[in-house]
Amino acid sequence: MDAFLGQVFTGLSVGSVLILIALGLTFTFGQMGVINMAHGEFIMAGAYTAYMLQDLLGRDISLLVALPIAFGIAGVMGLLLEFLLIRRLYGRPLDTLLVTWGVSLMLQQLARDLFGAPNVQVSAPEWLGGSLHAGGASFSYSRIFIMGLVVVCVVGIWLFLTRLPQGARMRAVMQNRQLASCSGLKTHSIDRLTFFIGSGLAGLAGVALTLLGSTGPTLGTNYIVDAFLVVVVGGLGQLKGAVIAAIGLGLINSFVEFNTEASIAKVAVFITIVAFLQVRPQGLFVLKSRGLA
Amino acid sequence: MTSISLPKILGGGLTPWKRRAIFLAVGFVLVVVMPASLSGFRLALLGKYLCFAIIAIGIDLAWGYGGMLTIGQGLFFGLGGYSMGMFLKLQEAGPGNLPDFMVWSGVETLPGLWKPFASPVFALAGAVLIPMVVAAALGALIFRRRVRGAYFAILTQALTLAFAILLVGQQGITGGTNGLTNVTTFVGYDLNDPVNQRSLYVLIAVCLGLVYLLGRQIVQSRYGRVLMAVRDREDRVRFLGYNPTTIKIIAFSISAGMAGLAGALFVPIVGIISPAMVGIVPSIEMVIWVALGGRGTLIGAVIGAVLVNYAKTTLSEAYPSGWLYFQGLLFVVVMAFAPRGIAGLWRMYNERFRSKKAVPSSEQMHQQPAEVTT
Repeated sequence: MDAFLGQVFTGLSVGSVLILIALGLTFTFGQMGVINMAHGEFIMAGAYTAYMLQDLLGRDISLLVALPIAFGIAGVMGLLLEFLLIRRLYGRPLDTLLVTWGVSLMLQQLARDLFGAPNVQVSAPEWLGGSLHAGGASFSYSRIFIMGLVVVCVVGIWLFLTRLPQGARMRAVMQNRQLASCSGLKTHSIDRLTFFIGSGLAGLAGVALTLLGSTGPTLGTNYIVDAFLVVVVGGLGQLKGAVIAAIGLGLINSFVEFNTEASIAKVAVFITIVAFLQVRPQGLFVLKSRGLA
Repeated sequence: MTSISLPKILGGGLTPWKRRAIFLAVGFVLVVVMPASLSGFRLALLGKYLCFAIIAIGIDLAWGYGGMLTIGQGLFFGLGGYSMGMFLKLQEAGPGNLPDFMVWSGVETLPGLWKPFASPVFALAGAVLIPMVVAAALGALIFRRRVRGAYFAILTQALTLAFAILLVGQQGITGGTNGLTNVTTFVGYDLNDPVNQRSLYVLIAVCLGLVYLLGRQIVQSRYGRVLMAVRDREDRVRFLGYNPTTIKIIAFSISAGMAGLAGALFVPIVGIISPAMVGIVPSIEMVIWVALGGRGTLIGAVIGAVLVNYAKTTLSEAYPSGWLYFQGLLFVVVMAFAPRGIAGLWRMYNERFRSKKAVPSSEQMHQQPAEVTT
């Protein structure tokens, strides 16, 4: 029983990091048709932000300071990427995939030159040390902190999308770009806002990941493929879909891994997803439209 | 989609006779001149590039002509390479013995997966057929449900990642991170012998020529035309009564078979196959070869593969970290600013300066319909 609870807990915490990463992807993909492979490097940027602030401020407060700063840094990186490259490529999703992959290669090499190739360690603040013991299993405070952070973010995004005028505009562009544009919305500045928020969330995910493991130049690559699978399963631009898919993926991964081994788990997850797509080829939730494609 | 005549797309402005002459001349240089003039080491490198060119032709069929961006070509290359590698390792160990790495990792009996690969026929046919079957199965599952475009790319990528992780994880069966190393004999011939190396190189060059001709046959056939139509407007092709699913599965499967063949040729000439050559990073690199050379032209794919890999060898020897910046930049510049690659520039030159007849603009040739539902 305790082993079972432990696996659920691990699955949930991995899944919640995936939520943060996938949210940005699903919005940029759903709204703009952009597949941003450099999203993983925004995660890395967030993690390295936490690493640098740790030296500067000491480990006890650096984590909390790192969260907003990482959001800002990753967000600005996203804006730059959008401004310099992606806006030339709207309507060519496959090409954005390759271009952003190139950007990701360069950013990884930059990280290697700046911080060195070996992984660096961010130590968790003291107030997150130790774990909660309940029901015969132990739950580490840092993973609980991550889940709390993700819940706050998801609720925040949901409120933003449903309660604020900017959020309503974002949804409008996502549902029907041409109609939104005809109605007088400045679709391009809304695109930029989406990109900023999506990339910023990846930065937050990076800070969260420093609590789970060490930070290296390839940190992003390890998560980006899973995050894209979450987008595929959840449906384009779907908040609910991304949350459910990410948690599902985290849980399947952690259970298969526990019962067999990590290398089998990846294959099992892939097979599950392809099987799922047989039933719902467009993901869990679909934006209803009368378009042909 | 546009009104460019077919020969114009395929020929790049050359008459058939000129094209045949160039094909023979290039063939002569590759098969006769190069082996006579290059050192064994450089010749092996060139052989490796030519293997990569075979993969590039396959990717071009699927992506350039079929519009299916496959970032999983490393998987098929790996399947071919490992099939060949397993056969060669078993040959080397001799009947009844285990390959060296299995002894090191404490495996005592030959795993069932390895047994069929003792037969040369199974291993050689398998190197091409196993990737084809895997691709057809994956394609059937994905295309049948009309999952396409970026989704397809993401799925091929995920499968490749899973395959690479599996290879690393199952150390006892696959040799783990190291892969299958120290392949030194090829059906009884010593691979370190320069004469054998040369013949192997010639075999690769001939295979490349055959694959190229096969590719040309495919894209010039009626099937090839329908494939291009599927790339441009899949729904219209469906309304005309064709089944795009079958058409795409065939192209994807052939492209996988080519990657498998390349893998099988790669192992004896390079002497190693490992998960690092199979994962998503090399798979995306393979796509950039085609993009640089010019998707939608087979010769562009070949040129791209050879050029990029030549640059990689030269530049990464000189500046190991510079190469990664350069490669990243290459992706960005080619895709953002010259999406039709070298072949596109050549065609532009032809249209501007050489052709006397007015040629309709082919700007739109590769524009994909937007993924965003409108």
